[in-house]
Amino acid sequence: MMDGSDLGILGKDERQDAVKDASKEVGYVTEDGRQIGGVLMELRNITLKFGGVVAIKDISFDIREGEIRAIIGPNGAGKSSMLNIISGFYTPSEGELWYKGSKRPPMKPYEVARLGVARTFQNIALFEGMTVLDNVMTGRLTHMKAGIASQAIWWGKARDEEIANREIVEKVIDFLEIQNIRKTPVGRLPYGLKKRVELARALAAEPSLLLLDEPMAGMNVEEKEDMSRFILDVNDEFGTTICLIEHDMGVVMDLSDRVVVMDYGKKIGDGPPDEVRQNQDVIDAYLGVAH
Amino acid sequence: MLYRTAGQFKTSYKSDMALFPVRQDAVLLMVILGFAWVVFPLTASEFAFQTLLIPILIYALAAQGLNILTGYAGQLSLGTAAFMGVGAYACYKLVTLFPWMNPVLAILLSGFFSAGVGVAFGIPSLRIKGFYLAIATLAAQFFLVWLFEKWGWLYNYNASGAIQVPNLDMFGLYVAGPQASSIVQYYVVLAVVTLMTLLCINLTRGNLGRSWKATRDMDIAAELIGINLMRSKLTAFAVSSYVVGVAGALFVFMWRGAAEPNLFDIPLSFRILFIAIIGGLGSILGNYLGAILIVGLPVVLGTVPQALGLPISSAMVEHLNIMIVGALIVFFLIIEPHGLARLWALIREKLIIWPFPH
Repeated sequence: MMDGSDLGILGKDERQDAVKDASKEVGYVTEDGRQIGGVLMELRNITLKFGGVVAIKDISFDIREGEIRAIIGPNGAGKSSMLNIISGFYTPSEGELWYKGSKRPPMKPYEVARLGVARTFQNIALFEGMTVLDNVMTGRLTHMKAGIASQAIWWGKARDEEIANREIVEKVIDFLEIQNIRKTPVGRLPYGLKKRVELARALAAEPSLLLLDEPMAGMNVEEKEDMSRFILDVNDEFGTTICLIEHDMGVVMDLSDRVVVMDYGKKIGDGPPDEVRQNQDVIDAYLGVAH
Repeated sequence: MLYRTAGQFKTSYKSDMALFPVRQDAVLLMVILGFAWVVFPLTASEFAFQTLLIPILIYALAAQGLNILTGYAGQLSLGTAAFMGVGAYACYKLVTLFPWMNPVLAILLSGFFSAGVGVAFGIPSLRIKGFYLAIATLAAQFFLVWLFEKWGWLYNYNASGAIQVPNLDMFGLYVAGPQASSIVQYYVVLAVVTLMTLLCINLTRGNLGRSWKATRDMDIAAELIGINLMRSKLTAFAVSSYVVGVAGALFVFMWRGAAEPNLFDIPLSFRILFIAIIGGLGSILGNYLGAILIVGLPVVLGTVPQALGLPISSAMVEHLNIMIVGALIVFFLIIEPHGLARLWALIREKLIIWPFPH
């Protein structure tokens, strides 16, 4: 229906070239020996204002292909706003977003989703009235194109699509180990499982960039370990680029390849976890400084 | 015991996504269809056709249309009757402008006019939600009924201001108008309603249905996973109004035989909303259960005192009727706020594991 080519950013071939170019760019090799590719998304001098309140002030950073990028910072630092800008929910007051080598014009969230950006939410945003399977199937919406007539008679393209996409969804369900609850209405599930279903829904879209807003909030240690394992597995098996916000420092430092630290809407640190940990500004922001 | 799903294994996604993956459901549906298509027409009296069978089907269809909008897509509407009116008036204009047209085709086409009007009045839904949207659809309700009254062309400048269904035949049989027999009309209604129901079931379980449900459950999340809310809401308005419009055409052409503008006034909208709510929002089966309750109960209550030979005046019966129906509605909503369809779903769940509690 709508992809980048319809939005007048770049033609399809052009876009693919841009991606190729990006991957040719030299990335870096992580501690555990994974090759990280070129820049997938770049934020340049992003400023976000709500009336007189400046939520984000002149922040620039990039997300490279295949990496796990974390955004951390104390409460109210502007992390979620940042994620909302990337997913198109907020339009930045100033600054540019570059995605897959081209500048992304201001667009509606659903258009951003169709460009391959999927996300989960801080407060679970599942469709409570639907089963787990249907919820995960909604993640495939952007990939399904059968017309209303075909859907109404459940024949031809609509049925083939339904079956083909169901297979993909079942793979995701297998991957996240939620087979036994696939036909349970989401409203009946406990919190930890809901978080996992939400991840499944985002993964089903086969995103190029996966945004996770506090994937481990409110979980116990065991659930956190499970979730961390899934995040690493997703990155490892599908090569999905992940950008996550998280408060649990242990988790962030273990999972991520590079970390952006924000405080009061400003970027105060950016780099590999070990480097960030030594950064005096970061330590001050988290521990406070004597005035 | 009868309702065991154990042993019914699915080996393909196709069979798992069949219309009725559980064998007992398919059998039950066959039995119901058998009754609807064979047993009822053979045994029903004129009274049963006119007070029960035909109106239940038509009301169920109208509720189904509303249910797509309110139950599946979560857009509250109080304009159902007006959209039924659009269907009815469109059908009237079609059969009078093109007398050669097949009446069933005219009924199916008239839904498109209603769909168009529905989309136009659905545009406010892009900005407002919930009760506020209900008020916006209320505007459609008042405006359209006013239009039916004032726009003479719609009723061919009849002196009475009402539309009168002419005799319409199809393959030599009268299907509408004073000369049509109830059994023929019943079959036409049943065929149309069966077809519509099948299409609605397919739409609601497919991709479009999922985008409607996603819009209903959490519109922000729906937009962030790639659903175009405008498309989702407007298709819901279009499909819903189409079904409601067809129901409206059937309502006048296959049942009432004539219609004045105030037939499509707000009490009819409420009646259909009650059917959808009592039957269960977000369910197809619920519309039938709700229609059976709302249409059937007064008939049963009206005939029981007579049958028992109780000396009750007809005015008294009428009043008792209102009180009992009202009490039952409250009763059903208390024991199951999600409607009769949910009640059936719970019974079904219990039956599957019966006689064990878990």
